[in-house]
Amino acid sequence: MAKGVWIVAEQRGGALRKVSFEIASAARKLADELGEEVSAVLVGSGVEGLAPELAKYGVDKVYVADDAIYADYTTDAYSAAVAKVVKENDASILLLGSSVQGKDLSASLVGKLATGMASDCTELKIADGKMVAIRPMYAGKVFAEIGVDSFPQMASLRPNVFAAVENAKVSEVVKFDAGIPADALKTKVLETQQDASGKVELTEANIIISGGRGMKGTDEYKILEDLAGLLGAAVGASRAAVDAGWKPQSDQVGQTGKVVSPNLYIACGISGAIQHLAGMSSSKYIVAINKDEEAPIFAKADYGIVDDLFKVIPELTAEVKKIL
Amino acid sequence: MKKQKVGARGESIRAHRRKEAIVNIVACVKQVPDTEALIKVNADGSGIEEGGIKWVMNPYDEYGIEEALKLKGANGGEVTVVSLGPARAMETIRTALAMGADKGVHITIDSADEYNTAAALAAAIKEINPDIIFCGQRAIDDDSAQVGSILAELLGIPQVTIVTGLEVADGKVKAIKPIEGAQLVIESPMPCVITAQKGLNEPRYASLPGIMKAKKKPVDVKDAAALGISVEPKAKIIKMTPPPERAPGKIIGGDDPAVKAAELAKLLREEAKVI
Repeated sequence: MAKGVWIVAEQRGGALRKVSFEIASAARKLADELGEEVSAVLVGSGVEGLAPELAKYGVDKVYVADDAIYADYTTDAYSAAVAKVVKENDASILLLGSSVQGKDLSASLVGKLATGMASDCTELKIADGKMVAIRPMYAGKVFAEIGVDSFPQMASLRPNVFAAVENAKVSEVVKFDAGIPADALKTKVLETQQDASGKVELTEANIIISGGRGMKGTDEYKILEDLAGLLGAAVGASRAAVDAGWKPQSDQVGQTGKVVSPNLYIACGISGAIQHLAGMSSSKYIVAINKDEEAPIFAKADYGIVDDLFKVIPELTAEVKKIL
Repeated sequence: MKKQKVGARGESIRAHRRKEAIVNIVACVKQVPDTEALIKVNADGSGIEEGGIKWVMNPYDEYGIEEALKLKGANGGEVTVVSLGPARAMETIRTALAMGADKGVHITIDSADEYNTAAALAAAIKEINPDIIFCGQRAIDDDSAQVGSILAELLGIPQVTIVTGLEVADGKVKAIKPIEGAQLVIESPMPCVITAQKGLNEPRYASLPGIMKAKKKPVDVKDAAALGISVEPKAKIIKMTPPPERAPGKIIGGDDPAVKAAELAKLLREEAKVI
């Protein structure tokens, strides 16, 4: 009988990523409801010391595969390690983050474990002893409740949506060796090219300031960057701005860009095309600044200002300087 | 790499081996509602209302097809487009053929979960014995981003997902994959599955002669059940609902941008507590 709520903790370069604490907290909640334990799988090289950080967020047991072959994340190595320990322990529920790495790893695990998964979920609950996952589909135009009829019942969780809640446990560390021969690994990372330093990653940002068609050009983003610098925010763009060549594709928020859920999303000169709304409507607070009072973005906004963004943003920056 | 048969024009097997010739290229495509489509949940919450929807090729699959065609252009080989879906999915297969794919496989089924979809694709693709398989990184209807990876696992071959750049040489691929705050360059032997992300290329449009030719290209129609695929989903939709409504917002009125900006800063600080 499958038992226990499991998570895969995500680390990069020897540091746990924030999404790991979010999924640990979500797992803790499900486990408390079921009266079961939370186990985390931690894979990497020189990562054993990270286990206590997971215990802080409610993890009872940390299964650690620590080996030089895991120095870089590769799908084949990580997925083989996680699949082995999860299978051996007959996990009932398995949660991962829906980050770039988590998306890749979770989908490969679905194949290895021959099970089902609800991707990019925004809510989890238990009904009749089973996990029910709630997730947006059709770019958020529809929400679906998903049940998984095989084990482990898998879900990947949208970053920044689930709260990381401290709930300290005395955690047991179990080392395991997945016994993967190095020559069984097919893919390798040849190179890691870091983006410009100091740039806040969109999918991890607490605050995002995005500019759309109303920005009129590349240089005009400077006023958004100034405000973003003060707030520790990331700067995003709509598809219109990316298609116009003002910002790179990696900055695009929306259905064919990144799906984000910050605490605060400030949309500047963005009309709110359905493709854009798809990428940001799970943000906690939405601010819209647009000259056109008919812009659909105002229907999604918590706070709206109908005015020229080039007049409002510098004033907002000045105000923020005063109060922070 | 598997061996190439002696070519019709008499090239030697050795020459082919040295070049590691690419023989079979597969691109998987899915028919999805157009991004502009209004999506409504049906009366019993079991799915969406399909009436009035304009169906198109999943935009990420277009990048996959384009990469397959580019690869064929540079290295030769044959591009097979594979799609799973109801009868209307044939339109999307024809679109891919009109873009330049050589032949199609249509696995007919009304709907399937991610695992069963990948299992059906794997069963059909195994017969093609591909050197490389392209999928879109996700389909914009169910947004699951799973099928390409499951397919790779079921075929027992490596995968590189969410790829924005690709080089193919000597039986290997070098793929560029953006991650949070960095870009990775990943090497994988072939055969492998590549899932395509926006930025990989600029998909071509189907030309008029292409559309005419597509009508005559062969499409093998297979019933999913005949491939031995389970129709019992592992992940199933319990019910669908419209998205949660956001509470109506506040428009900050007035004529002076400075006053409005000050009011906004105050609300964000004191009411929303987000700055």
